[in-house]
Amino acid sequence: MIKSLSTEDTLENSGLSAEEQQLFCNARPKAYEPYPIKAVEDFANWARANSLWILAFGTGCGAIELRPLMTARFDANRFGVAGRPTPRQSSVFVIGGYASVKTLKRIIRSYEQMQGPKFVICLGICPVNGGMYFDSYNTINQFDLYLPVDLYITGCMPRPEVLVAGIMELQKKIKQGRCDGANRYVENFDWYKANQKKVIKNWDMPDYNW
Amino acid sequence: MIAEWTGKIANFALTLLIVTAYGLFMTAFIERIIAKVQGRIGIPYWQPVINILKNFFKRTAVSHGYMFYLGPVFRIAGGIGTLAFIPVIYGSETFSNFSMAGDLFLVIYFMFFGQLGMALGAGESGHPYSAIGIARGLSQMTAYEVPFALAVISIVIQYDTLSITEIVAAQQGGWQNWTVFTNWVATLAAMLAFLGMTGYSPFDIFLAPQEIPIGPPTEFHSAYLSFMSLNRALFGATKLVLFMNLFFGGATGLIELMIKTWLIYMVAIVVGVAFPRFRVDQAIRFFFKIPTLIGIMSIVYAQMMLTS
Repeated sequence: MIKSLSTEDTLENSGLSAEEQQLFCNARPKAYEPYPIKAVEDFANWARANSLWILAFGTGCGAIELRPLMTARFDANRFGVAGRPTPRQSSVFVIGGYASVKTLKRIIRSYEQMQGPKFVICLGICPVNGGMYFDSYNTINQFDLYLPVDLYITGCMPRPEVLVAGIMELQKKIKQGRCDGANRYVENFDWYKANQKKVIKNWDMPDYNW
Repeated sequence: MIAEWTGKIANFALTLLIVTAYGLFMTAFIERIIAKVQGRIGIPYWQPVINILKNFFKRTAVSHGYMFYLGPVFRIAGGIGTLAFIPVIYGSETFSNFSMAGDLFLVIYFMFFGQLGMALGAGESGHPYSAIGIARGLSQMTAYEVPFALAVISIVIQYDTLSITEIVAAQQGGWQNWTVFTNWVATLAAMLAFLGMTGYSPFDIFLAPQEIPIGPPTEFHSAYLSFMSLNRALFGATKLVLFMNLFFGGATGLIELMIKTWLIYMVAIVVGVAFPRFRVDQAIRFFFKIPTLIGIMSIVYAQMMLTS
């Protein structure tokens, strides 16, 4: 049984001092139902799939594979992929390889600031089982304990071609309506938070970064 | 009376739709041209529309207070307001909009309006990058408005009217009557100001996609952003129509409109792909030196033309 983080609908934000608590929103995130009419939802999913804005946050060594996507050789612009420097406007988070505990904190912060529906792609073998960092003291081994993942692209390192193939696979999944990571995160919020707080010792941010 | 106004509003709605669609299409078209220069294929033609739909269909949106809503609302009101008083096609009842005697003044005011609303909204978001972008954008705007205003004063002196329809009417009857040939000094000053207005390199410091993520709209997302990108297409096309009316003889048909506005836009694109970015102080210094001098010269030129 996981201890619920909050009483009723507000979060405790216990990582913050009393002074800071007043500065942050303490509302719980909510899950969102798809549109009641199926044709509208399908159309929205089609638009979402064909306009994937990737958050420009290189979280590991694999981020180097993201850069060539925009060049003449791979030209991901063809598929509606573009880079966005701010989490508010982006819809895809590519976890580029290993995530150290220090980075994980920033990943969570950025992910929570993204607006749903949002999708997570894990690049490389490290987010699956730790890869060559499996026994490292500061690298997490299994990424989907901390955030919901929509697609894995394994390899060390996968080449940009594979990343393009992965993006096309993600588009297929979105069009079928199978990518609801944002809702899964909210529905299992307490479980994800407990896992996150287990590895991040110096938790000095709000429980949900609005 | 009511029937007349209903007809006018319906006509304006049609114009709004066509100009917005044209602006969106042209954005994609220009993106594809830039992509071809870089050896890429580039985005599909309908990508700007998909982006707007995607942002509109986002499930969540965070607000930062009432002023935050005003950013996109003022912005799109500025875009629609600017278009409302510009006759898009000369001699056409459908596309003449609410053109009237002093519309040139109103249009220049409306062009400011959206930017100021955006400054309020982006300031409310509290993001430091928004504030930096706004400070840079407003100072650059102050700088490029000077040569533009001088060029407009020059052609007002030249044609002795404040009505855009009359300015277009005075340029009819062959290319030699266009302002670009009769008052090339004013056109030069205005085209230099136009480079600043479009926000392409060398004057894209306020958007600065690499250093301050994307400038003023950093914190805008979901439906807010979709309104703002809709306005970006609409306002961009509206500015082109205004420049075409004032300096390049207006248009008598949709095809002529498209060719002329596209060529005017290409000026900014060609300069943009060829020149690196100015810092904001360099941009302001540039606008206050050469284009402003050319603008003052254009007034003298118009006055001399009138007396000779």
